[in-house]
Amino acid sequence: MTMEISVRRRVVNAVMLSLSGLCTLVVVSVLFFILGYLLYHGITSLNMAFFTQLPKPSGETGGGMANAILGSGKVLLLATLIGVPIGFLAGVYLSEYSGKNFAFAIRYIVDLLNGVPSIVIGIVAYALVVRPMKGYSTLAGGIALGIMMIPIAVRTTEEFLRSVPNNLREAAMALGATKAKTIFSVVVPAAIAGLTSGMMLNLARVAGETAPLLFTALGNMFWSKGWTHPTATLPVMIYNYATAPEEDLHQQAWAAGFVLLTLVLAINVTARSIIARGPAAKKR
Amino acid sequence: MASTTLIAETMHRPADRGFLARLRGGDEISVLVTLAATVSILLVVGLIVFQLWTRSEPAMKAFGLGFLTSSTWDPNNDKYGALPFIFGTCVTSALALLIAVPMGVASSIFLAEMAPPRWSNILTFLIELLAAVPSVIYGLLGIFILVPLIRKYLAPVLASTLGWTPFFTGDFYGVSFLSAGLVLAVMVVPFIVSVSREVLMAVPPEQREAALALGATKWETTWDIVLPNASPGIMGSFFLALARALGETMAVTMVIGNAPRISASLFSPGYSIASVIANEFAEASGDMYVASLIYLGLVLFGLTIVINAIARIFIIMTQRRSG
Repeated sequence: MTMEISVRRRVVNAVMLSLSGLCTLVVVSVLFFILGYLLYHGITSLNMAFFTQLPKPSGETGGGMANAILGSGKVLLLATLIGVPIGFLAGVYLSEYSGKNFAFAIRYIVDLLNGVPSIVIGIVAYALVVRPMKGYSTLAGGIALGIMMIPIAVRTTEEFLRSVPNNLREAAMALGATKAKTIFSVVVPAAIAGLTSGMMLNLARVAGETAPLLFTALGNMFWSKGWTHPTATLPVMIYNYATAPEEDLHQQAWAAGFVLLTLVLAINVTARSIIARGPAAKKR
Repeated sequence: MASTTLIAETMHRPADRGFLARLRGGDEISVLVTLAATVSILLVVGLIVFQLWTRSEPAMKAFGLGFLTSSTWDPNNDKYGALPFIFGTCVTSALALLIAVPMGVASSIFLAEMAPPRWSNILTFLIELLAAVPSVIYGLLGIFILVPLIRKYLAPVLASTLGWTPFFTGDFYGVSFLSAGLVLAVMVVPFIVSVSREVLMAVPPEQREAALALGATKWETTWDIVLPNASPGIMGSFFLALARALGETMAVTMVIGNAPRISASLFSPGYSIASVIANEFAEASGDMYVASLIYLGLVLFGLTIVINAIARIFIIMTQRRSG
């Protein structure tokens, strides 16, 4: 009798453990399917024209997405200039100055902001920028993505500053440095590798955002006339071309998807390996 | 931290130094600037709520809470109701969780309890890369790869085996609740895996050793001892994934079919809150139309805030428990 139960238990054990391994295999293999399809369709559709030419008017084949590449660059630059300084400084406050309860409350609110759907951020940027300025613009797109960068910037800064050992702070202060001097000349430089990597990850995360750009940066078949005018961006181009009926546009969507994914994953792999080697990794 | 603050205070007592000296030292400025940045985040959150509320007010006044239960969406006659979109969002998210929860928990069990640490780290890294793939790319693959695959292989099987239930009836065109739910499942699995794995690994090893010493098998130890200990955190990861699924826009918009329909059949095309905003906002003419779309945005915002808040509470509970 006891033997029988023990066999049943051993079978259950083996079956359940293999099933969990199988699930992991399935989940991981999805990544390779994604990479494989993008590589296959992307490489065959990609050419020099993609990087150098403007989109062709509908009906004609060929052309490229030079304007969308520049547009994405401009929107992301703006987003970084807005999201990173605010997030970094707030992170410094939470890690170095704030009381425990205040920091807890702010962290909770920052996490909630991080959970706000990107399409809602788009609506807010529309209401705050597009409506008052009476037009879609690069600026509005940058502000939308900038708001989206704030939460991760805060949490990254806080986490990496906290991982700097306290004796560094004490040593600096014992030498007579002010607290500000200690933070910005000792603590921040000590965490700089992690901070930069974290911010790169943050940028990669919003680089693929499409929803908040649909009615802020809108789109443009030509070069954008400036910061207060609509601009094409890579993610929105992928969406528009993938949902268009023409086969030629689908090819271009694959090429754009390949470029975008390569960029995002390259940043991810680089930044994550830098973080994994840093001191914060050992603490976690 | 307490000791450093003390040193700072005793060394630079403000009374000992002139205003200019303090300014040059940068202490006051540094506190002020960083505090200002922190407060500005609160302002941003306040602005989000304020804008959503005031801009949707015309629709709120006109339709009230009946907006949530009405299924007419008729821009030509300025009549708006949110039910088909709420239905679509809920159905696709539920389907996504139905698939992602068992897959995610099983994977996290494998990664936390069984895989050698080196392998566990590599596999987790790869799974977390899935979360970095932009949603528009999921949409692209959804349209051109997944939908044809479902049409060719999955849908006929489901129709022939489960066609007697109301869930798999009618013609299958490809774009549908089913396709959207499947894409969403893939998109939220990484969130469940990465949070659950961390929570499982935080369970003290003594608990496992005690169970194993009493003769429990590896699986019994995991299922009866480790999992219950980590359950609040794992629940938290479900809510986190749910919030992601509810708010996900691009991938869903590209495969759900964009037809405001309420149907029990998962084969039917539908529409979600985020998709209708994405599709119609830029072209919406008329104040009531825009206000109704923003009202939808407010509903989505409220929904995700509540779900996220619940997720955070669960996760904080586990962090407290494991110290």
